[in-house]
This record gives sequence, structure tokens and C-alpha cells, in this order.
Amino acid sequence: MTQVAANNVSLSWYEASARQRIDALVDAGSFCEYIGPELREISPHLSIFDLPEQFDDGIVVGRGRLEGSPVLVAAQEGRFMGGAFGEVHGAKLTGLLRAARALRQDVLILFDTGGVRLQEANAGELAIAEIMRAVIELRRTGLSVVGLIGGRAGCYGGGSLIAGTCSRLIVSEQGRISVSGPEVIETNRGIEEFDSRDRALVWRTMGGKHRYLIGGADTFVDDEALAFRQAAIDALKIKRGCDTTVLEAEQNRLERRLQRFGEAEDAVDIWQTLGIDAPTEIPALPTDAFLRAAKRRENADDAR
Amino acid sequence: MTLDDILAGLFPNGHDIEAIGSIVAGRAILPDGGLIHLLGITRGRPLGANEAIVLAGRVIDIVKSGDRAPILVLVDSASQRMSKRDELLGLSEYLSHLAKALLMAEAEGHRTVGLLYGGSAAGAFIATALATATLVALPGAHPAVMDLPSMARVTKLSIDVLKAKAEATPVFAPGLDNMVQTGGIHVVWDETSPLAPQLAAVLERPAGQDDRGRLGAERGGRRKSAEIADRVVALAAVAQRGAQHG
Amino acid sequence: MEKLNFRLTAARSAGGSRAQAIVGVVASGNLEVLLERASPADTCTIDIATAAHGFGAVWDAVVRDFVARRPAGGLRISINDGGARPDTVALRLAQGVRKIEEPER
Repeated sequence: MTQVAANNVSLSWYEASARQRIDALVDAGSFCEYIGPELREISPHLSIFDLPEQFDDGIVVGRGRLEGSPVLVAAQEGRFMGGAFGEVHGAKLTGLLRAARALRQDVLILFDTGGVRLQEANAGELAIAEIMRAVIELRRTGLSVVGLIGGRAGCYGGGSLIAGTCSRLIVSEQGRISVSGPEVIETNRGIEEFDSRDRALVWRTMGGKHRYLIGGADTFVDDEALAFRQAAIDALKIKRGCDTTVLEAEQNRLERRLQRFGEAEDAVDIWQTLGIDAPTEIPALPTDAFLRAAKRRENADDAR
Repeated sequence: MTLDDILAGLFPNGHDIEAIGSIVAGRAILPDGGLIHLLGITRGRPLGANEAIVLAGRVIDIVKSGDRAPILVLVDSASQRMSKRDELLGLSEYLSHLAKALLMAEAEGHRTVGLLYGGSAAGAFIATALATATLVALPGAHPAVMDLPSMARVTKLSIDVLKAKAEATPVFAPGLDNMVQTGGIHVVWDETSPLAPQLAAVLERPAGQDDRGRLGAERGGRRKSAEIADRVVALAAVAQRGAQHG
Repeated sequence: MEKLNFRLTAARSAGGSRAQAIVGVVASGNLEVLLERASPADTCTIDIATAAHGFGAVWDAVVRDFVARRPAGGLRISINDGGARPDTVALRLAQGVRKIEEPER
């Protein structure tokens, strides 16, 4: 476990815990946690299922600085209950977004979630809805909500819907964004529809590279905390709107996406249509080569 | 009540609605002469990218019209469409886009009212019903995050065990009453009484903050959400003041 | 969940000035350890919530070994266990003490 004394030590985002990510992301020593583990605000519902609790209910929220500028940060712990949204977990993020509006600060959401926690399904789902509303209310005041996606649990279910309300999304190859998970599609529609054990298929369909190429994410980075940090700094530099102009632009790009790719059978077909050379090579390309090949990607600038 | 019965009950002055697959869109005149826009997903159908983009487009047209008329969103859906194609095309963006359109319509002066009259689940529920500013339901509606058999499979508990636990808490099991108790649904209409006045009462509510957490606390279904969110806001404000004063 | 509590005499107290530290994650085979300075200097209290029932004797051995080897005095230690092996528990406890003794930035 590498000790990050300053923002210059290498750390795999995928392997890191929520707390390690925050530590590597914000300026050294700048993080102040709200409702920390010592307050023991655990889930009121997990004991009914005889499931272990975590003192922070799987999400760390608070304030830090990025190159000196204050920013509010939320980081999900993907290894606790799959990073899923429960009542307290969700409420911490809802509160952070409302706080951002009052304080006039941007927000970074470090997603690592399988969606809603089934044992608290209704509370989790309502939290998702409240968070989405809070994101839009915050963005409409001119502030930014930037999502970082690259953890073990990915960004699934309700988490992916929250991601869709963010002003910018930063994704690594390890990141996945999808409403239904691979197993759920297979269970509901059969293995011919989606073989959840075909990892290459999962990553082609839902993974960071594909999302970046079709405009489902805005920045693609290495699995490296410093890369996420720099991308977050860059993302926050540009103010993005949240009004009917942007909504209309998104309507146009999403309609166009269906027209261009609606008949595609596989991601490779889409990448081919995008005009990418050797589309089957995309999954194997290292980041630099991938970014060069991705020049013809769809982008969602001012249309998210 | 069928959708036709519901619309007839809501709009004694008549209504004008077209169906585009499982989507419906149209308008009606309220008893006071005002216009109300109608949108919906019907027949218990899944909400996929193709449906979501049509609905969102209609919402945007309404907002662009500038008429500031309210929008009634009728919901009888399944969950999001579970398919390789929809996820390949980025379904999350389509569902978020629809939710954003509804949220922004409300912010632009179009009161948004969701009417859950059938089923709805998961991503479809979030993108439609839960994206309206006031969600009401008719008896017999059945919202769900996930059906109980699937929950049993995923949690590796028997259905009987899950049902027993569901007696003790409204926080996880499907069902209208649970969604009311947790604050997600503001009111369940009385289908034996005229619907038009019940809609009028909802439209008279002033636009305001998201009060679902408060409702959940009052009704006992979510005792922690509002409190935790409020405490984070308070802590952030105190920390800010502390930082300013050095 | 099974709850276990220990109150042990510690030969040395934890150094440093941090009020608290936390290590680990509640996941299968893992645990979280929250350390707070909330005990007398010669005492270490350890509260455990564990999903794995019937391992009281193992916990007893692990915590006694920890308190004997490490500067655990003055600490109130709270554990949420996801079914970790004894060596993982010992590791987290040691990591926790190291963390709470770290100089503040």
C-alpha cells in the first residue's frame, strides 16, 4: 500500500479504495470529510439481512482542493456491497450536491457502483432520483459536476443514470457504464443475447473505450490516479451550461447516434462506421495509440 | 381503470392523444380552460433508447413552445429495455436525457406531474415517474425496483424469507404502499371520486424543493435520508465559514 | 451478526497525535478497522461485529497478540468484519496503528 505524501506517486485507480482515490486526487492534506466513519452513520437496514455494515456506509463525502481551488468530492467504495446505493449512502451524496449549491462549489463524483442496494431498494432508487434532481439544480446555477469512472464495480444501474446527468465524464479502460449489468441481460434475455462471461464482449459493449468512442464519456485516461487528477483539473476549467440549448444539442446527438449506429450488431461495427482503422485492434491498443485512433470519435461537448 | 377511463375522468372537456408504439403524446384542456400537455409510456412496455428519445423530444418541443403549461406524464411501463443493443448504444444517456428534459421542463415553468397507473421498474421508473416534480398514483399501480423472484435469486434468499422481511420494512419490496411510505409517491388518488379535482389539487401545489426525503421521514419509510442530507449541508456550511475566518 | 468485546491492558500507548484512523473495507475476506483515541493510556478496547459466528477464541488470540506486540494503549478499536482470516485481521490492526501514529500533514 503506497503512501501518497504528495500528488506524485503512482496508484492504480482500479485497485485503490475510495479513501486512497480521494487522497491521490485532491491536494495533499486538503480533504475534510463530512459524516466520517467515527460518527458511525451505518445502514439501518442491513442488519435485517444479517449483513455487515460499514461505518461510512460505503461512500466518503467532503471537501478538498484541486490546485488550490476548493471542490466537493464524493467517492464510492466499490468493494462494500458492490458500491451500491442505500439510504444513508445516497443521502450523503444528495446532501453534498445541495451543499455545493449553497457554497457555490463544483463537485467530483468518483463512481464505483453496481446500482441500487437490493436490501434497501426503494430507498436506493429514491436516492438516485433525488441525486439526479440535485445535480441538475446545481448545474443550472453554472457549476460543474464531473464524474470519474474506473473502479471495480463500474457505473451500473442507477449510477449510470446519475452519470448521464454530469457535465463531464472521465473514464478509464477499466470503467464500465451500463444500465443493466451483463448477468441481468443474460438472465432476462438468454445467453445468445448476451454472454455475461465473455469479458471481451462486456468491455466492447459497456467499457471505457467504447463509451469514449461513441461520446458516452468525454475524457479517456490511464488507470492511474494522477491521470484522473489531471483530467478532473482540466474538466473543471471549462464552464458548461445546463439549459434548453444544451438539452437540444444532446437530443440531436442522441438521435444521430441511433440513425448512424442503430443497426449495429457489435461495437466493432460502430467503430468501423466511425471510420476507425483496424477497429478490431481497439481493445488491445495502449492509451496513446488508442487516443490517436479515437480522433474520429463522437463527442458530446456542450451536448451533455 | 383503463387509460381511456383515466383520461376521460381527468379531462371532462376532452383530450387529444396519439399513440406512437407504446408512447402516447397529446394535450387536454383543464376545467379552468388551461392547457395541459400529455405524455406517457403505456401498456407495461419496456423503456429503451428509441422510446426515451421520442419522449424527450416531445418534452423539448413543449419547453421550446414557451407556453409554460403543465405536463402530465402517464406511466405504465416495465423496466428499462434489457438488451445488448440498447446498452451498446448507451441507454444510460437516453434515460438520463429524458429525466433531464423533465427536470428542466419543471425548472422552466412547466409543472410536471407523474401519474403511475400501472407498473414501472428500475431505470424506466427513474427516467419517467421519479423525474417529475410531483408523483401521484392510482390504486393498483405497482412500482418496483426489481421483482421479488429476481431479488431472491440475487440475494440468495428464498422468496418466503424475503416476504417475511418485507413485512417488517417498506424499504426494499415492490409495491405501491412501500413507495408511498418511503416518500416517493406524494399521494394515491381515490379512483371512486372524480379525478379532475384531484389533479387540480396537485397543480395548485406551489413548485418547490424536492420534499421526498421529508415525506419519507414523516411517513416512517425513510427515517435517515432527509436528516443525513441536511447534516451534510450544515457541516459544509460550517466548514466554509471556518475556512473563511481562518 | 455476532458482537464481541475486548478490554485489554496495553504495555505501550499509541504515539502520534491523530485523533483517528481507518483502514480496510468491509468485503468478503476483508474488514474495516476504525481506531480512535478514547481509552486510558494503558488500555485498549476492541469492539467487533462479525458475519462469521463462533470464532470467539480465534478473535481472542488475534487481539491479545496484537495488544502484546503493538503500541495499542489509549485506543478504542472498532471492527466491522466481512469474514477475514486471522492474518488479515492482524495485518489491518497493525496498519491501523501505523496510520494513527503517522505525523499529521
